[in-house]
Amino acid sequence: MRSRPTTLLATAGLIGAVALAACTPGSNADNKPAASATGQVTTDASKLGTVTLTVWDQEVRGGQAAQIQELNKEFQAKYPNITLKRVTRSFDDLKTTLKLALSGNQPPDVFQANNGRPDMGSFVQAGQLVPLDRYAEAYKWTDRYPETVRNYSSYSTDGKTFGTGTLYGLPQVGEVVGIYVNTAKLKAAGVNEPPKTWADFEASLATLKAKGELPLVLGNLDKWPAIHVFGTVQAQNVQPDAIRTLGFGQKGGSWKTPENAKAAQTLVDWVNKGYLSKDVNGQGYDPAWQAFSKGTGVYLIAGTWLQADLGKAMGDKVTFMLPPSASGTPAATGGTGIPWAVSSKSKHPDAAAAYINFITSPNAMAVLAKNDNLPIADTAEQEATGPLGKAVFEAFGTAVQKNALVPYLDYATPTMADTLGASLQDLLAKKATPEQFLDTVEKDYSGFVSSNG
Amino acid sequence: MAQRTSAGPPGEPRRVAYLYLLPAFLVYAAFLLYPLVRSIQISLYDWNGNTLATWAGLDNYAEVVTDPALRSSFGHALVLVFFYAVLPLVIGLGLASILNRARVRGLAFFRTVIFLPQVVAMVVIGVAWRRMYAPDGSVNDLLRAVGLDSLARGWLGDYTAALPAVGFIGTWFEIGLVTVLLLAGMGQISGELYEAARLDGAGPVREFFAVTLPSVRGEMAVALTLTVIAALRTFDLVYITTRGGPGLSTSVPSFEVYNRAFQQGRVGSAAAVAVVLTLIIFLISVGITRVADRDSR
Repeated sequence: MRSRPTTLLATAGLIGAVALAACTPGSNADNKPAASATGQVTTDASKLGTVTLTVWDQEVRGGQAAQIQELNKEFQAKYPNITLKRVTRSFDDLKTTLKLALSGNQPPDVFQANNGRPDMGSFVQAGQLVPLDRYAEAYKWTDRYPETVRNYSSYSTDGKTFGTGTLYGLPQVGEVVGIYVNTAKLKAAGVNEPPKTWADFEASLATLKAKGELPLVLGNLDKWPAIHVFGTVQAQNVQPDAIRTLGFGQKGGSWKTPENAKAAQTLVDWVNKGYLSKDVNGQGYDPAWQAFSKGTGVYLIAGTWLQADLGKAMGDKVTFMLPPSASGTPAATGGTGIPWAVSSKSKHPDAAAAYINFITSPNAMAVLAKNDNLPIADTAEQEATGPLGKAVFEAFGTAVQKNALVPYLDYATPTMADTLGASLQDLLAKKATPEQFLDTVEKDYSGFVSSNG
Repeated sequence: MAQRTSAGPPGEPRRVAYLYLLPAFLVYAAFLLYPLVRSIQISLYDWNGNTLATWAGLDNYAEVVTDPALRSSFGHALVLVFFYAVLPLVIGLGLASILNRARVRGLAFFRTVIFLPQVVAMVVIGVAWRRMYAPDGSVNDLLRAVGLDSLARGWLGDYTAALPAVGFIGTWFEIGLVTVLLLAGMGQISGELYEAARLDGAGPVREFFAVTLPSVRGEMAVALTLTVIAALRTFDLVYITTRGGPGLSTSVPSFEVYNRAFQQGRVGSAAAVAVVLTLIIFLISVGITRVADRDSR
């Protein structure tokens, strides 16, 4: 039996807490922009007076850290009137703290906002980002960044439509999912050249299997890696524009098409024929590509982000190619690094934009390449380190030039990463038929599209 | 002596006591009550964590009940209770009574070894076991070495084996805590009780059920409460080892809370799951303490 005073105390505490919590969540966010969104843009940063820019970024690892340090130093030397106050965070930390910082009163001026609806999309919706269209025009970003690339950081002004509309961010680096090939093992199995068409690719899978090799390496314990493999297969079966509609979660698409069914069936066939290891869902992503780098398997469908590690481990025994296309025009899952954006509360949007322009300039692209990053613009003109780097730069350059990039499928809805990840594990383990798989994904997509308005 | 105007027990007036409680209460209110109430409030809204929330009433709670994926995550948590609490308690009772009875040399050493998993951070444990469960990991190596090749598999990617595999890590982790708790309890049992039991002709088994078990009831309740709570709020282990996979076969409520709040931007729904989870934990712990209290009187 509780004594009366305890109950009294608890009640008092609860009432107090209720009083404190009385306002609607999100209502204390003051999102009135300080910067005007129109008017003349000053592109000469040296004429902007004495300015301090607070910059939040997550370029903390290896070549990423090296490039931004070098560029920041050059920027400071060129514009002594602008002081950079750099705050570094890990990717996960930035993701969780940025939301709070942007709704507070002193957000950073320039920061990296992750692509996708839960992050950049919600910032646009809340009016926390400066639309960059007029800077894109003033600095001629539109000439160097093709539309397929800009789409990844474009939204309608209400934040509801993704993949088109106003530009809200600009990325430094690109990424594309392609196929890493262990050329030495491929030759040993009697396939002299990496396949040029999708049919040749599938034929080589059969040849490799017959020779007792593991044709395709995939570690899908982490759930998301299969999204990239499915995206690669899908891109050979479905029209790129249809994939873009689905991937950006725009109205008017459907997963329930014969083409998507064929893509899903292909994955199941690969499992049945033993092209993929039977333990795909039990193997981690990192152990899988590490095993590939040590000589397990012949093909690895993965992104350009593994270039530095695989190049170091395998030297000239490995190359990278865009998925050989079924139709003649290449199509590949890909996207951009985390785009840089400007806070609508920043008092110096012109200086912020000048900074973004500086770290994405042609000179910056050379610095990026030199430090083992994949520059997103002018890629083909850059000097890569090592033979694998060259192959990667060439592949990405081709993908951008031929409008081959299709978005990551998990961009579509806030829940799509989970839905797709779980249902692809089901598909690979044959717990779900291609039909059921498409039903699950369609439900997520259409549910979101209809409620998104 | 001052004249007391009101009747009551001697000593300082009662109300002064509240003053002593105030500092602790303020801390408690700021870091526990306020977040709790705020979570309940947020759970009634549809909120992406950023823009103005819209009132959703009990919709988020309705989703907890109707969404099969969420419901199954609560089911998985109950399976984990078996692996985190029941199994360690049974094994712990056995281990502790053996350690307690056997006058072995180096008891302190064994106690330390058994307790060791508790000292290691859960993240480290998760990473280590993930390697051991890998298709080419040491668990499979061991199975193959003793000729059980047919059992070898990618444990965390297997739809039937994944949840027990994750649960077993919890068993391994909690055994130490339970054993040490029970050992402490058994150490306090008076030797006369055992002597009396032996004079009545009780063997070791009878002795265990008639003397040891009733005497450590309190410790068992403490152990159960701690381990059940640990089971229900499991997050780190699932996050590190399986991310809820394969499919949804190891997803648990805490992981859903994290996923919804920080990955999907559905803070209202996350708060609703968290509130339901808090309630369940609260009810189960009250239940355990009640049962233990009643029986000991």
